[in-house]
Amino acid sequence: MQEFLEFTLGGISFGMIYAAIGLSLVLIWRGTRILNYAQGAMAMFTTYIALIIINHTGNYWAGFVVALAAGLVLGAVCERVVRPAEGKPPLNAVIVTIGLLILLEGLAGMIYGGQFRSFPTAFSITGLHIGGTALGIAWNDVFVAGAVLAAALALAALFRYTRVGLRMRATAFSSGVASLLGVRVGRMLTLGWALAGLIGALAGVLVTPSTFLYPNSMDSIFVLGFTAAVIGGLDSPVGAVVGGLILGILLNYVSGYLGSDLVPIFGLAALVVVLMLRPSGLFGAAATRQV
Amino acid sequence: MTLLRHLGAAIVLAVILGLLSVALNAFRDYQMAQVALYVVAIGGLTVLVGLSGQISIGNGAFMAVGAYTAALLLMHLAWPLAAVLAASAAIAALAGLAVGVAAARLRGPYLAGVTLVLAVALPSLATRFTGVFGGDQGLAVNISTPPAFLGSNFPLTRWQAWISCAAALITLVLLANLGRSRIGRSWRAVRDHEAAAALAGLNVAALRILAFVVSAACAGLAGALLGITTTLVSPGSFTVTLSIALLTGAVLGGLGTLAGAVWGSLIIVLVPTYVTDVATSHGLSSAVAANIPIAAYGVVLIAVILLFPDGIQGAVRRLLGPAVPAGRRKESGSVTTQRRHAPATEHSEEGAP
Repeated sequence: MQEFLEFTLGGISFGMIYAAIGLSLVLIWRGTRILNYAQGAMAMFTTYIALIIINHTGNYWAGFVVALAAGLVLGAVCERVVRPAEGKPPLNAVIVTIGLLILLEGLAGMIYGGQFRSFPTAFSITGLHIGGTALGIAWNDVFVAGAVLAAALALAALFRYTRVGLRMRATAFSSGVASLLGVRVGRMLTLGWALAGLIGALAGVLVTPSTFLYPNSMDSIFVLGFTAAVIGGLDSPVGAVVGGLILGILLNYVSGYLGSDLVPIFGLAALVVVLMLRPSGLFGAAATRQV
Repeated sequence: MTLLRHLGAAIVLAVILGLLSVALNAFRDYQMAQVALYVVAIGGLTVLVGLSGQISIGNGAFMAVGAYTAALLLMHLAWPLAAVLAASAAIAALAGLAVGVAAARLRGPYLAGVTLVLAVALPSLATRFTGVFGGDQGLAVNISTPPAFLGSNFPLTRWQAWISCAAALITLVLLANLGRSRIGRSWRAVRDHEAAAALAGLNVAALRILAFVVSAACAGLAGALLGITTTLVSPGSFTVTLSIALLTGAVLGGLGTLAGAVWGSLIIVLVPTYVTDVATSHGLSSAVAANIPIAAYGVVLIAVILLFPDGIQGAVRRLLGPAVPAGRRKESGSVTTQRRHAPATEHSEEGAP
């Protein structure tokens, strides 16, 4: 029973990270119908920047803030690189983001070298207890889950209550109609990518203490974040969070009870089962077919 | 007639490649074998993506199936090479059947997600069942030496290049004829308009599954060839990077065209080696020299796809212009793939709140 509690709480902490990557993918998908395969590499790159700032200043929060700002900028820059491929066959944009992924990993290797670096946590990683029961999580895990939740709520508020959010929703709904109504569609798309870059950067800084930092360090996290977004339905931010939590908790049970080498297979199984039942994900709109 | 023309072209190419392999040194022969096996894999993928309109970022997993099949057959049963290659393709085709059935209802990014996770999950089985698959170290592939009639000094790399090139030419002839057949036309119909194809009496689900089977068989054959050229099969050879490289090659070369598969294979094999040569010859530090090829490869991908939206074969066709018969030009990616994009846009407008 205690194991079960530990695995569940630990799974929530991991799940929120997958949710953050999933959210960033959903943001870009809704705006531009592009799957950004470079999302993980972008987060890896901003985490390197954070590490340099932390090593220079000795202040975790300075690195944290700079990483998020770098994520904003990098997201906007990447959108400008991808834009010429929009309106071309859909796979062209995919190839551009794959090119960005490879380019960023190569650049990181050139600048920072390939060795594994450890990355500090924001808070203590000693296990928490309630009474005599170990919870299997630490204050840092609470921070991870809280930070992603706060970011998701802030995004939801941005979309729901601000004029910019309304313009972004209009752009996602129909870029043609939005631009007729005076929305600067290009800017909205850049802003969407920038926000996605920020959320990705947040995920990178939060997950890296448990994975080490190296040019490929975000690859597997990206695959799980993508899985989370697909399980939830790529059109739904809520779906990304729910998908992330389901995946995080399930995979933590698998790795705790059955062994960590089975995690990828169960990830695949979860994805296939969900998509067999709902081909557009849990919260995705039912697929409409053009006749 | 078409069959004869394809066969004739293959025989001419076989002679040219044979002479080329004799003229080149051992390392170039190795690269030739690599290009040829990527042609097999990308040729199968371009049929899946370009003709049937489905996406797969998981064909590296089918390559792993083929490679492990080949290694196990050579190790335990010592089958003749041709039988091993055929069996590898057949077992991978079975895996493709399973994935195709599971994927028949999925579209676009959802299919991409499943195949991507497949590429991650399948090679991990090798470490789970270490006794059979040799864990992270993998399995050695006991490749037969060149046959005696070629002489005792015949280099192994040239023999490997011959095997790969022969397999590639046979695959290309088969795929070219398949593309021109009733099945190929039905795939195009399904790709361009699913509902219309179904109304015309085509079995859409079966056709989509068949495309997965064909592309998996090609990938399995390519995987077996990879095992034979590198004489090793390990999970490290079948990472997500491989699957992504296959898709990249197919799109860069020009989707749906077999000539594009050849262009794509040349790029993904030769560009990284070429840049490494340049970087090391300029005496750059090891961290920089090791990573410049990766970064440069990324830049090449972005530049090629932005400059040539229809891939290299599309650009070649435009360059040759009227020299290409009009009937063939219709296959070029841009028009048809744009139409495939249309349902997604519709979907977005209705799906978004």
